[in-house]
Amino acid sequence: MSAILECRGLTKNFGRVCALDAVDLSIEPGRVVGLLGPNGSGKTTLIKLANGLLTPSAGELLIAGEKPGPASKAIISYLPDRNFLPDWMSARQMLDFFEDFYPDFRRDKATEMLGRLGIEETIRFGQMSKGTKEKAQLILVMSREAGLYLLDEPIGGVDPATRDFILDTIIRNYNPSASVVISTHLIADVENVLDEVIFINSGRIVVHSSVDEIREAQGKSVDAYFREVFKC
Amino acid sequence: MSQTFRSDLPIYTQLIELWQRDIASGTLPPGARLPSVRDLAAELGVNPNTVQRALTELERAGLIYTQRTSGRFVTEDAAVIARCKEALGEGLIRDFLAAMKLLGYQKQDILSLLREEKEEES
Repeated sequence: MSAILECRGLTKNFGRVCALDAVDLSIEPGRVVGLLGPNGSGKTTLIKLANGLLTPSAGELLIAGEKPGPASKAIISYLPDRNFLPDWMSARQMLDFFEDFYPDFRRDKATEMLGRLGIEETIRFGQMSKGTKEKAQLILVMSREAGLYLLDEPIGGVDPATRDFILDTIIRNYNPSASVVISTHLIADVENVLDEVIFINSGRIVVHSSVDEIREAQGKSVDAYFREVFKC
Repeated sequence: MSQTFRSDLPIYTQLIELWQRDIASGTLPPGARLPSVRDLAAELGVNPNTVQRALTELERAGLIYTQRTSGRFVTEDAAVIARCKEALGEGLIRDFLAAMKLLGYQKQDILSLLREEKEEES
């Protein structure tokens, strides 16, 4: 199978700061991948490059064999690390908005999930609590039938019940031929749902392995292994 | 997401053990239909590929079988289930004996302790 996301010598500099340093990486379809690293390690930069929100300083990044552009945006469903909807938008308008933008948006699915959470279609984004905002945005993103889901910090700052809902939503909704990349530093929380992990530090990939391999070879959890690799 | 897993073993091996125990004990009775991979994954809070991997192993061991259109079922072959139960039992005894040995018990002491325990029970 050919890679859904591939980087070759991918480099991104911000002035004199090197955010990504000659990254080689390949992600196959049908995988749930944890992009793990401390703050400032390059996680968000990598995800933004994949979305075409940044352009590489050197090297290249390909989505299903193509450079980021309209074709890649049609198959990527992206959850940014901050709120991306305006406060005035009602839940119904959010559904309209996603339906207008994305042909692969399954409105029935999103409506059903919002209903299950008791989020009424008349409530505005600005009226929602922090946790509800995160859940609503994730529901929209996961209701697309995308080929690649890029989730930047989907569980940052939510309570454990909300975290369970979010992970459950991810497991139930990605289609088995699609890949999901979850960036986070809360490893213990996501470890059980991952196929493989990428450890990134100072713009370099330091580990890329399956979770089973790490547990088998190291005899410890990915979380414990991460603490060992990134020991300060 | 009620299931908790040990952090030092791959999750799929823990799932295999979990389902072996359920089948051997009859919690999952012969012929019972298993939920879909996705539902199992969501229920256990684990990755669907992990569930798939564990089910494939159980299928190879003959404990479950797939019917192309209607899903996965626990085997109705009593001999296979009995063998699985036996293997689990032997494993428990091996672990028990190893732990007792670490405490300094000899086989003879262990046997008499077991006999005493049995008498108390009856």
